[in-house]
Amino acid sequence: MVEEIGTTADGDLIINVGPQHPATHGVLHLVITLNGETIKKVEPHLGYIHRSIEKMCESLSYRQFIYVTSRMDYLSSHINNHGCALLVEKAMQIEVPARAQAIRVLLDELTRIASHELWWGAMAMDLGAFTPFFHAFREREMINEIMEDTCGARLTMNYILPGGVLEDIHPDFVKKTKEFIALFKRKVDEYFELLTGNIIFQNRMKGVGILSAEDAISFGCSGPTLRGSGISCDVRKHYPYEIYSQLQFEEVLETGCDSLARYLVRLREMKQSIHIIEQLIDNIPEGDFQAKTKAVLKLPKGEFYQRVETARGEFGIYVVSEGGTTPYRIKFRSPGFSNLSALDHMARGSKIGDLVAMMGTLDLVIPDIDR
Amino acid sequence: MFIVNYIKEVFGALKSLAVGLRRTMFYFTHHKEIITEQYPDNRATLKMSDRFKGEVVMPHDEKNEHRCTGCTACEVACPNGTIKIITKFEVNAEGKKKKAIDKFVYHLELCTMCNLCITACPSDAIKMAQTFEHSVFDRSHLTKVLNKPDSKIMEGVE
Ligand code: SF4
Ligand code: SF4
Repeated sequence: MVEEIGTTADGDLIINVGPQHPATHGVLHLVITLNGETIKKVEPHLGYIHRSIEKMCESLSYRQFIYVTSRMDYLSSHINNHGCALLVEKAMQIEVPARAQAIRVLLDELTRIASHELWWGAMAMDLGAFTPFFHAFREREMINEIMEDTCGARLTMNYILPGGVLEDIHPDFVKKTKEFIALFKRKVDEYFELLTGNIIFQNRMKGVGILSAEDAISFGCSGPTLRGSGISCDVRKHYPYEIYSQLQFEEVLETGCDSLARYLVRLREMKQSIHIIEQLIDNIPEGDFQAKTKAVLKLPKGEFYQRVETARGEFGIYVVSEGGTTPYRIKFRSPGFSNLSALDHMARGSKIGDLVAMMGTLDLVIPDIDR
Repeated sequence: MFIVNYIKEVFGALKSLAVGLRRTMFYFTHHKEIITEQYPDNRATLKMSDRFKGEVVMPHDEKNEHRCTGCTACEVACPNGTIKIITKFEVNAEGKKKKAIDKFVYHLELCTMCNLCITACPSDAIKMAQTFEHSVFDRSHLTKVLNKPDSKIMEGVE
């Protein structure tokens, strides 16, 4: 623990960013040691939104613990739910109907687009560009409406159950999704036009927050943060789950290692997500949307691990089961936590004004880091 | 050479700003492309999607009858103790004692709209309502009794 206010022995200034600061998008508290304008050290302080979710899960059944994970990374709540359901299905060897699998993947990709859009808008706002925020939210609203029709909620879906999904897709789902894709394809190019080429934006992103491939790996980064450093790490490619192995999509890689590279990875990923949705939307198999499961789910004795690719990186669920109806121990590997740990390394030696840009490109969601 | 590059850079920068501004001007002149919901002015016409999970309710028919048997399956399924079923014994026409609900207590402030109770209910007694304006001045208003006063269980629901 450092002293949280004042100056150090060698005359460096210690300032606090957060826990209530508009640029941290949540209750993140950073203690920064400054030499003039140059950052010497960034220390994140966690714990402001700790809800002891892992402990809570120990008293919840295998149907109930899924809903808690919506409250971790609330922007990829559907993907978190998906991972938990996959774990239970893997452990109990439940066969999921093809229709449910397709629906899940479709909604996963829509969630990913929605999450990246929010990130794009919020990050531009951090850098002082206000318009992109409205553009991003306008398109995100369409996804939210699709979600609301089918899942019954806009953010914390709770749509996935072990064995399938809660209800069949809404009759309007296919039509609305197609409308969205047609529109969104144009809009992604508009995003590039509006922000990417902008000289002010380029100058603030290029060469800022360098994270070399070795460092990114050693900090345990994953998702777009690691792919921005040129390392292939997409769980959907390396450990394919559900029907991802049958789908055509590219893993987006950038080799810039800087903030701009991470920015481009996310923007280009949106296009890949659309590509996946296009392949599936006309080919949703007929059949059941839910497999028959027992009223009480009991996992066999043993240890289980399942990983999924959320919008932020690899989300892992590790369950130790004693054979009962509740987990003996549960551990979540959240992508945000590892990505945040790289911030100190990235920020050392750069100016304090760039800190917000670096934080923006890590796409931090605080309840995910601090669960 | 330096000066040429410098001028090039300046014009390149200006052009990049103009590209972005063109987008902004497009929306400035195309009002139809802008969507803003005029909430709360549009409350009369605002309709939530029919699957929207707003709060748990218990539908009653015109004879003030519901379908809840008091089996507590929903109470067990709920992850956070939102539902409390208080049962009583009723004497029916044949003089037999039968379990029935006295109060179905629902704490809206605890509910996470996860839908597990509704999936668990064997007799379709509860469902989600599409309400969303839940703010009240006192937290106690959020604790509700879902079965109406003097309501009875429907004929034939076991
Ligand atoms: S929706 Fe979920 S939290 Fe709410 S009462 Fe039902 S089971 Fe409990
Ligand atoms: S609402 Fe349904 S599950 Fe709950 S006590 Fe009544 S009948 Fe049983």
